[in-house]
Amino acid sequence: MTSYRDHKGRPIVAVTGMGIVSSLGRGKADNWQKLSGGVSGIHPISRFPTDGLSTKIAGTVEFVNVPLINATEISFAMAREATEEALAEAGLSGEFGGPLFLAAPPIEAEWSTRFGYADMARAIEAEGNAYERFNAVLRERADPDLHQAVLFGTISERLADKFGTRGLPVTLSTACASGATAIQLGVEAIRQSRTDRALTVATDGSVSAESLVRFSLLSALSTQNDPPEKASKPFTKDRDGFVLAEGAATLVLESLESAVARGARVLGIVAGCGEKADHFHRTRSSPDGGPAIATIREAMADAGLDASQIGYVNAHGTSTPENDKMEYLAISSVFGDHLPNVPVSSNKSMIGHTLTAAGAIEAVFSLLTIANGTLPPTINHDNPDPAIALDVVPNIKRDKAVTSVLSNSFGFGGQNACLVMTAEPA
Amino acid sequence: MNTTPQRVVITGIGIVTSLGVGRSAHEALLAGTTSPKPVVDNARYAPYSVHPLPEIDWSAQIPKRGDQRQMDDWQRLGVFTAGLALEDAGLKDDAEATASMDMIVAAGGGERDLTVDTLIIDEAANHNDRERLLNEKLMTELRPTLFLAQLSNLMAGNISIVHKVTGSSRTFMGEEAAGISAVETAFARIRAGQSTHALVGGGHVAERPDMHFVFEGIQALAQGDWQPLAARSNQAGGGIVLGSAACFLVLESRERATARGATIYAEIEAVEGDRGSRDDEGLERRLQRMMDGAATPDLIVSGASGLVGITEREASVWRNSFPDAILRRYANVVGHALEAQFPIGLGLAALALKADGAIAPFEADDKALDKPIDTALVTTVGYVRGEGVARLSRVGGKA
Repeated sequence: MTSYRDHKGRPIVAVTGMGIVSSLGRGKADNWQKLSGGVSGIHPISRFPTDGLSTKIAGTVEFVNVPLINATEISFAMAREATEEALAEAGLSGEFGGPLFLAAPPIEAEWSTRFGYADMARAIEAEGNAYERFNAVLRERADPDLHQAVLFGTISERLADKFGTRGLPVTLSTACASGATAIQLGVEAIRQSRTDRALTVATDGSVSAESLVRFSLLSALSTQNDPPEKASKPFTKDRDGFVLAEGAATLVLESLESAVARGARVLGIVAGCGEKADHFHRTRSSPDGGPAIATIREAMADAGLDASQIGYVNAHGTSTPENDKMEYLAISSVFGDHLPNVPVSSNKSMIGHTLTAAGAIEAVFSLLTIANGTLPPTINHDNPDPAIALDVVPNIKRDKAVTSVLSNSFGFGGQNACLVMTAEPA
Repeated sequence: MNTTPQRVVITGIGIVTSLGVGRSAHEALLAGTTSPKPVVDNARYAPYSVHPLPEIDWSAQIPKRGDQRQMDDWQRLGVFTAGLALEDAGLKDDAEATASMDMIVAAGGGERDLTVDTLIIDEAANHNDRERLLNEKLMTELRPTLFLAQLSNLMAGNISIVHKVTGSSRTFMGEEAAGISAVETAFARIRAGQSTHALVGGGHVAERPDMHFVFEGIQALAQGDWQPLAARSNQAGGGIVLGSAACFLVLESRERATARGATIYAEIEAVEGDRGSRDDEGLERRLQRMMDGAATPDLIVSGASGLVGITEREASVWRNSFPDAILRRYANVVGHALEAQFPIGLGLAALALKADGAIAPFEADDKALDKPIDTALVTTVGYVRGEGVARLSRVGGKA
């Protein structure tokens, strides 16, 4: 009985199934082989012309089948594939029977849609601003497909129907921390004993000309377009921004007790979650790193572990000048004297920044790191930033057995969420 | 871990609707014996009517001009109303309380730049390479700050910046369901002892053709002059009149609220959401299941959107299941506020319970209240999907 409870007497939360799609490919096997092999998924953008744009590369996912190229369809298709893989690994078929927590990107109509409506509006001589004209068209003929494509609840609705989740699914966004927040919500629900299992999914298929330009205008993206695979270079002196990317990941969470009772294979434990908001600035972190430090400490305290018990850090490591500096400050403040013993690598050096999906994709990679006893490298580490004294597992993977991993996620809007994952119950 | 469920109470209400700004303005309206006269603008977005934002002095809750400039009305409205809720709870300048306060915001997206979007489609009309034109225009015309004003999680981000609420920050999306899940999640966390106090709510701006575009995909908006809900099936369009409105609530464990001597508006007994097919009476079955075993509420505060069909089906469920309950459908007086709809219902119900059940009629055949009330049911049925109910009770009422 007690072995199913954590140090605070709460149900221990196990991971029994995982699935992943990224620019490296579909499925854990393919992704892990490439990630640990230091392969980059970043490539020139082909989805739309990049003439006139300062960034022309991304980690888009082009290989999933979608009926239409839009953010809703791409995000849903990747989420569906990741979830099918996760449920198969968990040995669950039929109705899932637990809640769904989905991290999904905020979605708007595509520009191709706007252009199409503008043409129709001209044909009926509609007046007013763009949307007043479009609405005149819609009053003559409804467009239920468009409607579904622009509702924020569409992806979770489809996933809920397909996989038979229970209750009202939660669709959430905590910007670049969203994937971690989805997992945290699942952990909380199990700890509340509201459910024995939860489906946590994070997906982002929102790369478009406009999304790219928006990040460009904030100077957030790397403009080192050639060669694409060298653009994402976290913790280096010449890092110049992140690389937009797409992907999805699903984790099946279960109370350890229920997983063991049904004979499921336990892939790892989500031992601790931390979160703390930052009130300093919309896009920048508090200069003292306070909220990020508090978030990491909260995750470790929640797991009942101290810095000496963390074997590896899966960094947020976006490759922006700001994030990597701040993250170093936060990690070094928390780990102190233990810092030299803790390797810290960034998956984003290979898969880019999958935004809404990043926290969950990196949680899957964190658990694969534990399972394989291999630390994935930080590639493109040719010119280390002397101000960042981290063991970033430069360029080549490293064999090392680790039993506990800290995974960081930080986002615009003062979002910070960290997870601690372990091999066995702490 | 504390396994005794904590009781969850509402200790702060920030509310803004077309009828006014703040709790007391709404208390006064609820206390009346005649229906508040809806504030409607039927000209500016014709053929759609909207319930517009009231006159708001943003500086009262967002003192820095720089902060105001970083947002458009959607985020401003949320940040402003969140400030009202904190003030009402007596936690506005309590740095310790806000630093440990959880936050869940039910959000859509912020305003698009209608001028830029219109310029782009106009230039594209006679252009044979629209994608390249788009790149050029986006790079030159978009304001960098616009992205942040549009980002869903930046309503919460701005609440952190302006009001220093930093215990946690979560943004839920997905139309009405976002508001239901936000309250449900905050309630469950406090109940389980994972949290002691939380700010939860959302805001909606109706004066946005870019949002009308979303609703009109299924021709959901009513056309022509404003009509009460009961008359909308005889009117052109789909029945929804959007309202600019926001509501934020401070939820607190009763233990914490009592210890600090806070005013308690009402206790939340239960919150639940569900979804699924609405065909073959699926909607009716889910609403009834969520009320299974619950006693007849004295008051039902329904967030019915006005969408023709679903609105009547919801009302039938309550009239059949609880014929003795007083029903109030607040879209009649403030319109439909999407993500904010469910929080607004909780706010109105809590005010009514605090006032021993004072709640004015909202439409012609609303039964007058003839006795004090102890319990209220708050409902929201999403115009496309998702349903939620909350059960509230009066604190200090009959045992």
